[in-house]
Amino acid sequence: MAWDKIGIAKRIAQEVQDGTYVNLGIGIPTLVANYIPEGMEVELQSENGILGMGPFPFEGEEDADLINAGKQTVTLRDGSSIFDSAMSFGMIRAQKVDLTILGAMEVSENGDIANWKVPGKMVKGMGGAMDLVASAKNIIVAMQHCDKAGNSKLLPQCSLPLTGIHCIKKVVTDLGVFDIRDGAFHLVELAPDVTLEEVVAKTEGKLVV
Amino acid sequence: MGFNKVRASASEACEGITSGMTLMVGGFGLCGIPENCINELVKMGVKDLTCISNNAGVDDFGLGLLLQQKQVKKMISSYVGENAEFERQMLSGELEVELIPQGTLATRCMAAGYGMPVVYTPAGVGTEVAEGKEVREFKGKKYLMEEAFDADFALVKAWKGDAMGNLVFRSTARNFNPMMAMAGKITIVEVEELVPLGALDPDHIHTPGIYVHRIFQGVNYEKRIEQRTVRQRI
Repeated sequence: MAWDKIGIAKRIAQEVQDGTYVNLGIGIPTLVANYIPEGMEVELQSENGILGMGPFPFEGEEDADLINAGKQTVTLRDGSSIFDSAMSFGMIRAQKVDLTILGAMEVSENGDIANWKVPGKMVKGMGGAMDLVASAKNIIVAMQHCDKAGNSKLLPQCSLPLTGIHCIKKVVTDLGVFDIRDGAFHLVELAPDVTLEEVVAKTEGKLVV
Repeated sequence: MGFNKVRASASEACEGITSGMTLMVGGFGLCGIPENCINELVKMGVKDLTCISNNAGVDDFGLGLLLQQKQVKKMISSYVGENAEFERQMLSGELEVELIPQGTLATRCMAAGYGMPVVYTPAGVGTEVAEGKEVREFKGKKYLMEEAFDADFALVKAWKGDAMGNLVFRSTARNFNPMMAMAGKITIVEVEELVPLGALDPDHIHTPGIYVHRIFQGVNYEKRIEQRTVRQRI
């Protein structure tokens, strides 16, 4: 049984260190917040201007002035702070944010990432993704190993327009955990009941076992 | 005459905005948008606007209202397309769209407010965003040169403000508003509450009034929520 979305989120949560600032992207990365071990102090950054983001509000307590970068209503934890967008990207650019977790459409063996544009389809924009990947100290990508047509998303080179270059250090997919270094995907861990053969067959980029 | 910044209404405050101008519009999604000013622009019917704003609203709210009336020639944003009319105009070529990284958008506003012609940012290096831009290397890392924005008017929403134009924002409705307030050649601010001079603690002011040219108390704030997410009480 490969990992489902929650499995991927739980596995990534193990990578989060105590006493760090973390930015979570939309989708699977958002789920990671639910599985950070008890007793660990982690402060979530939302690039629209929050440090110390809390869970969704209880019904009836939603505040139109308090949303996350996915435009969802959220809450603030004790000890949180609010700032403007320039400062938010300032702290990202200055590498004060320790870890960024985001989704991707493609990742290459040299750490390039594509996650914002599919030519010929409606383009919505890169939002804060290009800023985050260009500056983050540590970036983990959460994604499915293959697209819906069954094509590998771990590639020698990205075919889609890039979001950033040489920036991704780790990828967690439904099939396993991979470190990217020296121009290759290094297998760190297989998801439960996933065979090495399956990973080899589904990884187009250079794979080191 | 003095500083004379207070205006009685959105229509007085928006005087002088004409077709073809470049406007900065504050807000992130529908959060912290200048609702009164946008409604006024619809009433004025000004056209061929270039709007610098992180997003483009939804079909029937925010900048979507201007798009419906075909008043926008060009959008400069980081993330768009939460509305069908936008998509239709973009795909048909009626609307020009320039997509730029969100931090670049914020920083180009900031640069204008700080009197700096350009900034260098690593966002977009090696991507199509870098096309045609100067790339410079500092301490072994590549950066793109990005120019400060040049906007005729900035339309800003704050929570509280006073007659000197000092502003306080509330929660994440702050977002792009402070740096756009600093960046406009003429900055128009609508506030939920116009308070007497002295009511705001000078230590707690987010934007000093020197950046603000006109201020008025807005009316009938809808403050629509784009994605209402809640958790269950256990």
